[in-house]
Amino acid sequence: MKRRARQFLNHIALPGLILLLFSAIGAFLLAGTHQLTAPAIDRAQRALLQSLLTQVMPTEVFDNDLTQARIDLPADPLLGLKKPGQGYVARQGGKPVGVVLEVIAPDGYAGVIRLIVGIHADGRLGGVRVVAHQETPGLADYIEIKRSPWINQFGGKSLNEPAPAGWAVRKDGGTFDYRTGATVTPRAIVKAVHHALQYFEREREQLLK
Amino acid sequence: MMISDASRDILYKGLWQQNPGIVQLLGLCPLLAVSNTVVNALSLGLATTLVMALSSGSVAIIRNLIPNALRVPVFILIIAVLVTVVSLLIQAYAQPLYLVLGIFLPLITTNCIVLARVEAFASKQPTHLSILDGIAMGLGLTAVLVTLGALRELFGKGTLFSGADLVLGEIAKGWTLTLFQNYDGFILAILPPGAFIGLGLLIALRNRLIAGR
Repeated sequence: MKRRARQFLNHIALPGLILLLFSAIGAFLLAGTHQLTAPAIDRAQRALLQSLLTQVMPTEVFDNDLTQARIDLPADPLLGLKKPGQGYVARQGGKPVGVVLEVIAPDGYAGVIRLIVGIHADGRLGGVRVVAHQETPGLADYIEIKRSPWINQFGGKSLNEPAPAGWAVRKDGGTFDYRTGATVTPRAIVKAVHHALQYFEREREQLLK
Repeated sequence: MMISDASRDILYKGLWQQNPGIVQLLGLCPLLAVSNTVVNALSLGLATTLVMALSSGSVAIIRNLIPNALRVPVFILIIAVLVTVVSLLIQAYAQPLYLVLGIFLPLITTNCIVLARVEAFASKQPTHLSILDGIAMGLGLTAVLVTLGALRELFGKGTLFSGADLVLGEIAKGWTLTLFQNYDGFILAILPPGAFIGLGLLIALRNRLIAGR
């Protein structure tokens, strides 16, 4: 009986205690680092979102804090969203002057392409940016602004400019440039942006409250 | 400053004789995934080196307090805590680097080279040598990563140091070297197979150098 008690102590209780001690020290360290870095991480993330949003909505036209002006977007097929998403309303002196919408192009070459689309109150595009994608590196990644200015061609376009038939890549008779060898990707983005504009047209009242 | 024989031996092993990337072939998952450009490779390599130095050092300090049976769980606990601390710090103070490294930053925890050095070296050796071993092995891995990254970026895109501005900010914007103008790119080099082929060539080159002696 005594031997079993000692065995229990040496092989189960003591190691368990040591492991508990190390876990406690680890948890303490993690909690401390989290406390220390949480404000800085929050600031960095806010700044990142801010810089992303102002690329599709020029800072001259609004004066509110976009990152704080969130609205919920429903899972609408025109936005490509399967779950509710986020939008941001730009205001000048309290008056709404545009929105930034989270949009998904569901039919990329390698899965979905996540976009943000900035639309002025008059229906003109402020700009479009790709937020996340898995398109072929080196071939279809020219949709990223850091690799090529391709995505800038959306700026200033609207539902009527070009006319509906022009909302396609040149290969399909539209007005948008693309690069040979990677047509599926720009096709998906053009379609998603066109859909986002249609959504804005339909929901304008609601979005610009 | 004189370098002791033990230190020189550790550096030689980490950087060349026992190089984790092309001799021990440990920690290949991030190596193959992130070595598509020089900047990505260097960033992950240095982050891994930092974690290896810290974890080898911490384990060496407490090496006599841990019962043999508990070694591995305690080591993994220490490595996981350190990786999380480092990734929180990077996220807070170097967000662009955090975005470049993505999932491969937390995955340093599962990089077997970290646990391998802790288990094989730091659990038996004095603290200062263990830290040096972590640094030497980390730098050895970084050197292979950067070489592979340079090869893949050069053949794949015709550039070197592209994306340096993502890590170092605006000043690095002009650092990208375009070695081939109007180069169409060799996509295979950038895709995962390029990593395997490149690594194979590096291992062959090293074997050739050794056989030549």
